[in-house]
Formats: sequence, C-alpha cells, structure tokens
Amino acid sequence: MKIIVCIKQVPDTKGGVKFNPDGTLDRGAMLTIMNPDDKAGLEAALRIKDATGAEVTVITMGLPKAADVLQEAIAMGADKGVLVTDRVLGGADTWATSTTLAGALRKLDYDLIITGRQAIDGDTAQVGPQIAEHLGLPVISYAQEIKVDGDSVVVKRVYDDGYHMVKAKMPCLITALSELNEPRYMTPGGIFDAVNAEITTFGRADLVDVDDSDLGLKGSPTKIARASDKVRKGAGEKIVAESPEDGVNYIVGKLLDKHVI
Amino acid sequence: MNKMGAMNAEEYAKYKGVYVFAQQVDNVISGISFELIGEGKRLAEQLGVDVTAVLIGSDVKGLADELAEYGADKVIVVDDPELKNYRTEPYAHALASVINEYKPEIVLVGATAIGRDLGPTVSARVKTGLTADCTLLEIADFPINPIPGQEQKHNQLLMTRPAFGGNTIATIACPDNRPQMATVRPGVMQKLEKKPGAKAEVIEFNPGFTPDNKYVEILEISKAVSDIKDIMDAKILVSGGRGVGSAENFKILEDLAEALGGQVSCSRAVVDSGWMPRDLQVGQTGKTVRPNVYFAIGISGAIQHVAGMEESDIIVAINKDEDAPIFDVADYGVVGDLNKIVPQLTEAIKAQMASK
Repeated sequence: MKIIVCIKQVPDTKGGVKFNPDGTLDRGAMLTIMNPDDKAGLEAALRIKDATGAEVTVITMGLPKAADVLQEAIAMGADKGVLVTDRVLGGADTWATSTTLAGALRKLDYDLIITGRQAIDGDTAQVGPQIAEHLGLPVISYAQEIKVDGDSVVVKRVYDDGYHMVKAKMPCLITALSELNEPRYMTPGGIFDAVNAEITTFGRADLVDVDDSDLGLKGSPTKIARASDKVRKGAGEKIVAESPEDGVNYIVGKLLDKHVI
Repeated sequence: MNKMGAMNAEEYAKYKGVYVFAQQVDNVISGISFELIGEGKRLAEQLGVDVTAVLIGSDVKGLADELAEYGADKVIVVDDPELKNYRTEPYAHALASVINEYKPEIVLVGATAIGRDLGPTVSARVKTGLTADCTLLEIADFPINPIPGQEQKHNQLLMTRPAFGGNTIATIACPDNRPQMATVRPGVMQKLEKKPGAKAEVIEFNPGFTPDNKYVEILEISKAVSDIKDIMDAKILVSGGRGVGSAENFKILEDLAEALGGQVSCSRAVVDSGWMPRDLQVGQTGKTVRPNVYFAIGISGAIQHVAGMEESDIIVAINKDEDAPIFDVADYGVVGDLNKIVPQLTEAIKAQMASK
C-alpha cells in the first residue's frame, strides 16, 4: 500500500509570535514548523506503515528551504520526500496550489492521500478537498480516526454536533485534524536516514496534465485587494487587586456603568 | 485536466444574483443559513438583485417558508433521498449543478464543518475562486484604487478574512471568474428580523444522483449528547482557561454565569485537559463568539484564543499574571487570584441584582 502525505512548512505561532515595534507581525523572526494538522496526518500514515508495512511518501510545495520539513518527516519515519518548487508556482492561491499538487500527485503512485485539514498560516482548509476534486477522488475531511479495512478506509469524520463513521474505497483523500493523534518524535536512526535520504525535486515540467494558466499568481482566480497586519484592539484599563474586594468592587462598578447588571 | 482559464465576457455577464447555501442538519435549518440570507440580502440590494437560498436535503421542501421568513426572495430546493445526511459528493453535485444551471454572481456558504468541505469541492468543480472564513463582505471596485493600464471593475465582491490566527487581515476579490464564492464565519453576520408569513418563490430542481466511488458509505452517526445551549448565542460568557486549575473548579465560573444569566465557555487548554467538552471551546479551532460581555478567567490570551473572542463588546479579564497577553485585549483587567475574586464577585452581583 502506498500513502502520500501532503505537508506544509509554516511559521510557528505557538509561544513564538514576534511583533515589530509598530505592533505588526515580525515573520522573519519566527521559527518554522511542520503544520500541526499535517503532522497528525503524517503520524496517521506512519501508524498504518507500522501495522501493514505501507510505503509513506511526503510531498510539499514551496521554496527550496521547504526541503527541511521533508527531512523532518523522513526522520520521523517517512520513506521518501518530494519537493515541488519552481519560480512559476509562486503567489498561488488555493486553486493554483491544488492544481499544482494534483499535477505532482498524478506522477506518483498512491492508494491513499492524506493532507492536514488546514494550515495555521492561511487557515483555509481548501487545498485538500480541491486536490481530491482535481484527481476525481472521494474526499473525507475533518478526520479524527483513520483505519484501513481491506481496500477501504473507515474514518471518523467530525462535525460541529457529533461525528459520522464513513467508509470509502481507496484511492481516496483524507484531511486530518491535529486531534487525530500525538505525533511521534524524530528518532536518531531516522535523523541519520533523513540526512542520507534522497529528496526528489519536481519543477513545472514534472507536473502532469496541468495548464500554465492554472499555476502561480497568474493562475489564481482570487486576488488580494488589500492586506494589512491587523490593528489589534488596544488594551483597556488594568488594576492590580490588592485584595479580592478591590477586584470585585472594580468589576461590579464597571458592570453597573455599562448597565450589564 | 481541470482547467479554469479566464471566463469570456459573454459568459461572465450571464451570472446574476446572490445565492446562499441554506445548511440544514436532520431537517433543522442551521443558524448560519439565516445569517447568510441576512448578509446576502444586504449585498443583493446594493446590486439590485434577489437573494436566493439553496436548500439541499431529503424531504426538506417544508423548510422553504422559514427561509422566506428570514428574507429569502427565492428558494431553490434540491430534494433527493441520496441527500438525507451530509456527504461531500451528492451535496457538491447538487450545489455545483444549481450554480451551473442558474449562474449566480455570488455564492455564500457557511464556514462550518460542512461548508468548509462543500465550498472547496464545489469551487473546484465550477472552476472559480473561493475565499475562506470571511468576516466582512462588501460590494466595491477592484482594484480598490485605479491602477493605470488595468481595468477597474465595478460591483465586485470584496471578501475580508483574518489569517494567521487573526494576526493579519486580507481583503480578496475574484474579478475574472464567476461566481464569486466565499465561506462565511458563523456568528459574524446579522440575520434579519423574522417576518411571519413571508413567502418566497420556490423552485424545485433535481440534477439526478447516480452513486459512484465518490459516494462514501455512512456506517454510523453519533450526535454529541449535550443539553448545553450554543455558546455563540450567549449574551454573557464566563470563560475559563488553564488557570482555573481543574474541572471541579469550573463550578465557581458556573455560579458566576448563573448569577448573570450567562453561560460557561473555555479555552483550548481546558478541552485538551478534558475538563470541558469541545463545543464550549472559544478560539481559532473552536467557536467565534461576540457576546455583550466576555469574562476571561485564568486565560492567558494566546492569539488563537483571542481570534475567537476579540469582537466581544466588553472583555473583562482576571488573571494572576500581570503580563498575560489577555490584558492587551481586555477592556477591564484585574490582576489577582481568581479563586478568591470569582466567588466574591458572584455574591456581589447577586446582592446588586437583589437590591433592584
């Protein structure tokens, strides 16, 4: 069985958010990590590998330095890495990203594709389902459990008010929630493997059945009209309560002023 | 090959009207559907067109009147036994077929666990752009300011959305393709006042459903057993974080919520610790809330949490850490011990209420 996991290198927002003096986000100062939902998807694939001996390939699209995230995945236990990188792919929205990844996936063999539900930098949750649509595959989004059952997968698909257990025949695409599992750490042997592992690089010419008009900035139907780092709501008042009564009287006073009570 | 290409002018001009996906689960219309009709109507009036609700399900025709009462001018009903429970494929086929048949210029879908699966699939199928999780929609020119050598298109949908856990905002347009599609964050747009007895033109449409490999099989359906009201509807939320210390200690927050006629909610850390169920979680991976008053108690204020509550009218924070980032968004902050302050606050509020 062959599994491909789509992963993305993203800036780390957890605990490491850095701001410029003017209150905007300092992206350059932030570390990068493997996107958490993708890492859970990778862990799910590695568990299938542990149980069945499946082959796990990781693929990412980005700048050449995104190869780091493939090496991390190999150090965790993935077998191969594919980096999709080309100048013409820059500035892609979710349509152009999904057409690119679909073009790369057509060149590879798979039974199962796993993506993260969404990336923490864009938060769109669109690329997974859009890849499935381009490839004509069934998609199961928001997976909290994945089991392989013969030539099918059985997935716990989470909704706002509960879940469905759904079964789909492979090949299919699943988008993983970070709640799916607790990803493993890299192993010393894995890190050794990662250093020696061959990472295949795909450029524009390697993408199968994709038109130039569907790639990069030019192939992106959505255009940015305006972008800004958010002006955060300013801090209001703050008191240090010398005693609990201080704090209580302060809050009750404000609630009375605002006619809440 | 799923090729998009630019849409020619003749085809482009055929796309008219604002359509919203009227999400229903178990034949109960989801709250987001009314919010989308309200917002859709506002946009439609600026464009001088109608707002149409697209109702998809099995035995759902009877729900059309309710959509009319909340402002839908037309309701397109796609009713088929295959559509009994949400599955990506038959629903995507239904909505994509409606779009291809009726050619709306704008399609809005709720950014729910259903809509964020349906929206991307449909947008890829009808070959147009999609903007995720929008919090503001406007009709305006694109580019916003004229650029020499580039046509400035009028009456475009500008879609504003937070990204990066709410730290950046971007406004997106889809100027060259139709329809313009957006998923819209629940709890942000305003529904219209219900007009009892209002009627809409109801159109029945069935594109035909032939199960194939994309029709997944539902083996089991489990609903979260909960008698808790949705925190998105609460006027007052008393929200606790890791600093509350234990599941048992949420009792003091529940007492405060009860005294104020509010509800308890929580941060992700609390859900991860198993102290509270997920449907009470506020934040980027939980729910977005905008109550009149939001109490952040023992919540440090990670950006992922703030993204889900910063639109609250009044934010009151209680935290022992003077440098907690929550104080950067709080209107009223108290540095102190929540275990002492919260129970006394509850008693003081009860005393105030009783004296009136």
